[in-house]
Amino acid sequence: MLNTGIPLQFFIILATIMFFIGVYGFLTRRNLITILMSVELILNSVNINFVAFNRYLYPDNLQGHFFTLFVIAVAAAESAVAIAIIINIYRRFTTINVEDVDEMKY
Amino acid sequence: MEYNFTYTIWIALVPLLMFIFIGLTGHKYKPAISGILGTTGLFVSTVLSYITAYQYFFVVGKVNGAYEKIPAFNVTWLNLTENLHIDLGVLLDPISVMMLIVITTVSFMVHVYSNGYMKGEKGFHRFFAKLSLFSFSMLGLVVATNIFQMYIFWELVGVSSYLLISFYYERPTAVSAGKKAFIVTRFADLGFLIGILILSFNTKTFDFIQLTDPNGAAIAQGSGVAFMGLSVMTWSLIFVFMGGAGKSAMFPLHIWLPDAMEGPTPVSALIHAATMVVAGVYLVARLFPIYSISAPEGLLVVAYVGAFSSLFAAIIACTQFDIKRVLAYSTMSQIGYMMVGLGVSGYGGHEGLGYMASIFHLFTHAMFKALLFLGAGAIIHAVHTNVMNEMGGLRKHLPITHITFLIACLTIAGIPGLSAFFSKDEILTAAYHHNPVIFWTQLFVAGLTAFYMFRLYFRVFWNKEPHYHHTPHESPLVMTIPLMFLAAASIFAGYIPFSEFISSDLKPFETEIEWMPVASLSILAGIIGIVIAFILYKKESSLPDKISASFKFFYRWAFNKFYFDELYLFVTKKIIFRFISVPIAWFDRHIVDGTMNLFAWITNAVSFEIRGFQSGQLQQYGYAFISGVILLILVFVYIFTF
Repeated sequence: MLNTGIPLQFFIILATIMFFIGVYGFLTRRNLITILMSVELILNSVNINFVAFNRYLYPDNLQGHFFTLFVIAVAAAESAVAIAIIINIYRRFTTINVEDVDEMKY
Repeated sequence: MEYNFTYTIWIALVPLLMFIFIGLTGHKYKPAISGILGTTGLFVSTVLSYITAYQYFFVVGKVNGAYEKIPAFNVTWLNLTENLHIDLGVLLDPISVMMLIVITTVSFMVHVYSNGYMKGEKGFHRFFAKLSLFSFSMLGLVVATNIFQMYIFWELVGVSSYLLISFYYERPTAVSAGKKAFIVTRFADLGFLIGILILSFNTKTFDFIQLTDPNGAAIAQGSGVAFMGLSVMTWSLIFVFMGGAGKSAMFPLHIWLPDAMEGPTPVSALIHAATMVVAGVYLVARLFPIYSISAPEGLLVVAYVGAFSSLFAAIIACTQFDIKRVLAYSTMSQIGYMMVGLGVSGYGGHEGLGYMASIFHLFTHAMFKALLFLGAGAIIHAVHTNVMNEMGGLRKHLPITHITFLIACLTIAGIPGLSAFFSKDEILTAAYHHNPVIFWTQLFVAGLTAFYMFRLYFRVFWNKEPHYHHTPHESPLVMTIPLMFLAAASIFAGYIPFSEFISSDLKPFETEIEWMPVASLSILAGIIGIVIAFILYKKESSLPDKISASFKFFYRWAFNKFYFDELYLFVTKKIIFRFISVPIAWFDRHIVDGTMNLFAWITNAVSFEIRGFQSGQLQQYGYAFISGVILLILVFVYIFTF
């Protein structure tokens, strides 16, 4: 068996740390680009979980790996859209500070 | 022999089509064309009515010596349940056919006359459209097959009367007169509706044929149950009569009729003299078998209300100076006569003389009163005033109007040989045999009638000639021809043997004039009235003023219409408005509206407070979302551990 060194818990802890760093960044950063990066972190923490569980619990199946590939592809597309939106926001407000973009209120 | 009477619906529908057509397109062409259109429409109706009358009375109506009630046309308009359905249709029986003749004849004459009288007025086409609407409603009313259809058309004539009274809508008096007429009659119609509901609840039918069948189930039902000493049937018929009294301007619901004279004079002639105001009489006549057989007390109410109204109106008429108001009170008085005729009548054969006489008087009255009003219109047209003090000596200037007006005055005064003599005499005969008190009252009223009509006549056509701004001139032919036609009708209508056609039980009977004592007394009363008027008003004299001064108090009382308008104002404004309407309005404004406003205010305030949640700040939403998720996780992990 390949899984001699690192136990499954380590992967989960890593993923949890990454997830909360992402959440923290999402909630505290004011720059839209940074927020986007935080979202990517959250997505990737989930990817790690997928791969790790697949590897440790069902080593004969590959669904977890493929799911991760799909998530990466979708995340790439989503980033493209998000960046397009950010560029438009910049043109409209000449800023990418999320606190100044509050026209949706009331 | 069967004869198809389906075409009779067109008698009513042609004026309706004319109303719609003129009303929608009248502003697009010359006013004169809408006048011609309206008149033509009415002419068609008139011809159809005469054909119907000929067919009904002389060809097919009579079966085994009695006239039948023929349902010529019937559709179910509202089918609510199997027993409760409202039909619309045409019912032919002697009185409805007779009314068709009266309405179409007078209406046609008025249409012709209006072409001259209303010439150059603003809203000429509007006038003709409304006249057609009125004709339609009135024709629909008289041919109604059931009491509910009658009620529908009853309201329609009320509306068209309102529209025509306030025809000169720039004049505030005309507008308020229209409103007054509408509200008073509408109030009376409330009684009518209650009456209909009680009546049809007890008899389980709206249909006139079933209701008035003397051997039918309807009359037998309901008369047993008693409430406050009178049977339920009697109560319902008294309520129905309330509606009739409102429309026919009977005391105490008469207050609208004099004010209704604000409308154009042809309207007064058509609606407020000949047709609509006799709808109440027609209603009682229509339901007469029920009144007579199962509600004699109701009939007594009709008789006394009629007698009192006729006396009351005749006294007021003697003191008025506006010629149209004199005629209005005279109308009220004559309708009182008709009500008396119905009230003192019995059912069947010679007992039903009063019934026949009442319808007969309705017929002759329509002719001579329309003539009087149209004559008054011609006078007003010539001198541009309603007040008789500003008139006098007009016989030289208006020869045709003068002669026709004289004929009408002689007719209404009951001079033998003219139509009203016959009809009035038969009412008096019926009263003489049934109720002496009413007989003497009506005899006195006959004298008063002659007096006030000849007061009007002498005052306008003789007396001293005032200074006119321009010499009065005779009206054009289009106005005088109806006058001449109606004058001829006033003379000869009395020779129609009415009892051959109309009787309470539909069987013809014979009548003859009772010269002693009834006819001779009524002639005497008429002549006395004329002579007094001749002495007082033929030449200018100070005698009338002296007489009125010696009865100062009573004169003032009568001159101000016995202060009935003021009484009504007091009751409505000071009592009903102050003690009922104002508190209800307060309740509505503060309690009902207040509750609703409170809800609105709470919603508003709460929304204002919580609107900060919707900050537009992306990250606040994020916080809320994530805290919610964490909270849910905690809940599901520690509390709902399945």
